[in-house]
Amino acid sequence: MSKRVFGKATRDAYGETLAELGKENPNIVVLDADLSKSTKTHKFGDVFPDRFINVGIQEANLVGVASGLAACGKIPFISSFASFLVCKGYDQMRMAVAFSELNVKMVSSHGGISIGEDGASQMSIEDIALMATLPGVAVINPADELSARALIRLTAAHNGPVYVRTGRPKAPVVYSSPRQFEIGKGVLVREGKDLTIVANGLLVAEALDAAEILAGQGIQAGVIDMHTVKPLDTALLLQEAKKTGKVVVAEEHSIWGGLCAAVASYLSTVHPCKMAYVAIQDTYAETATPDELLDKYGMRAVDVVNAAKKLF
Amino acid sequence: MSPTNLKNKPSIEELQAIAKRVRRHIVEMTHAAGNGHPGGSLSVTEILVALYFHAAKYDPKNPNWADRDRIILSKGHACPALYAVMAEAGYFDISLLKTFRKMGSPLQGHPDRRKLPGIEASTGSLGQGLSIAIGHALAANLDKKDYKTFCVISDGESNEGQIWEAAMMAGHRKMDNVIAVLDANKFQLDDSTEAICNMEPFTDKWRAFHWDVREIDGHDMKQVVAALEWANAVKGAPAMIVAHTVKGKGVSFMENNNAFHGVAPTDAECKKALEELA
Repeated sequence: MSKRVFGKATRDAYGETLAELGKENPNIVVLDADLSKSTKTHKFGDVFPDRFINVGIQEANLVGVASGLAACGKIPFISSFASFLVCKGYDQMRMAVAFSELNVKMVSSHGGISIGEDGASQMSIEDIALMATLPGVAVINPADELSARALIRLTAAHNGPVYVRTGRPKAPVVYSSPRQFEIGKGVLVREGKDLTIVANGLLVAEALDAAEILAGQGIQAGVIDMHTVKPLDTALLLQEAKKTGKVVVAEEHSIWGGLCAAVASYLSTVHPCKMAYVAIQDTYAETATPDELLDKYGMRAVDVVNAAKKLF
Repeated sequence: MSPTNLKNKPSIEELQAIAKRVRRHIVEMTHAAGNGHPGGSLSVTEILVALYFHAAKYDPKNPNWADRDRIILSKGHACPALYAVMAEAGYFDISLLKTFRKMGSPLQGHPDRRKLPGIEASTGSLGQGLSIAIGHALAANLDKKDYKTFCVISDGESNEGQIWEAAMMAGHRKMDNVIAVLDANKFQLDDSTEAICNMEPFTDKWRAFHWDVREIDGHDMKQVVAALEWANAVKGAPAMIVAHTVKGKGVSFMENNNAFHGVAPTDAECKKALEELA
């Protein structure tokens, strides 16, 4: 297994890209609920104080205000921790964003369990499922710094509501050189013929390591970075599933309602094949270091390998 | 400014006549639909008539006019009143009112901005409108526009925490382009507001949140008009008009009768109500 190279956290990529976008598009307005130093939206606020609104610790109002701004043609980016933005602002995202078909960009930080010591109350393992169930909302979970920068830019350009989850820790590099991304189009980051691993977020790097381990055991595993959970890239999924006939899905999210469920739901109807899942089981995590948590809750390359082996 | 389609602002007597027609529409619409919310529609009637026919500037034939004043009905279940006032104001033909709550109608059971031009916000999940109003007002500031954003909320709705989040934000930011009207009809679905979760004194609460507040009789058209003129002129703070109203106002057997919160009049009740509103 190659030694990992880490880039910036995806939340840093978000904040820095926002500051760039602020120069390019005067309609971009950024709102935060008193976590801007953690979500990194302060990087925009430092440069564009007139277009940065810190509403205070009130996520429901945060979303509602963004809805009104979007109705007037602004492009609001709103941020908080995933657990707070999504769970505390959910009715507002449903009514005032999704149902209202308004162009609000909902970008969370601190997705998943890899936030570490702050504990389970701050960790979001439900956000992807909750956001994906809102009609018309695109749902994105970038793997690393470079793809996060690109996907945030695409989010700004996209006409419609988008949810993007970013993470707290430095993210292992998946993409070492710039490339094209597209919302709703997965990236086949490694070719394979025996197995397809579909992953997003931090699990893409784990999946690549797992593919390396499996290659040493004679199994050629392909890896898809399915950064967009919705709309799901069904064409790429079908193409690879037909090729390999075996699929492992891996995500830093509850096994209920996220990428695993989306992939299974699609493939079961068009091309049933042997599948296994790497996800948070029906439980909350706890306080520990990010590495300890990823180990304990089965979010590692070794867990992907073990899941894959069940299919052979 | 007056509505852009009106040469002269209607007199108080004319506004009262419009309000009576709106009440008839409310009774007929809910009767035709067989359901809907007549009680809170009848309580908010003068407020919406004064907003659309006196206080706000807009163009019913160009509902997305960028400089229009915004009117957001946060208590979305009272949309029969809103639709009736919008029809009277010329947004669409009055004949459309009979399609209320029918499949394919733009007059959805609760306001839907995607279906009906002129609806500023899709409401129906209580508590959300004031935040959306603040968003419109912030956009006005960013775009250096002088339009106002009016938001109508209710006393029952004020149970919702989001109302007070929005109240804090607008007060803190001294947003004098935000004007709220509280339709205080003293009832919510299950019982009186006093019995469920007493929110009084409203005026003290809103003042404590740094709003300028005026309390009025929400059925006295002269008071409603004067209060909206006062609110339009307030500087350095958002304005709140606490309008004391009667649920079911104008129909004797619906007044203060909470059975008509979300129940339509029967054939006989509709006939009697229309006689009273003749």
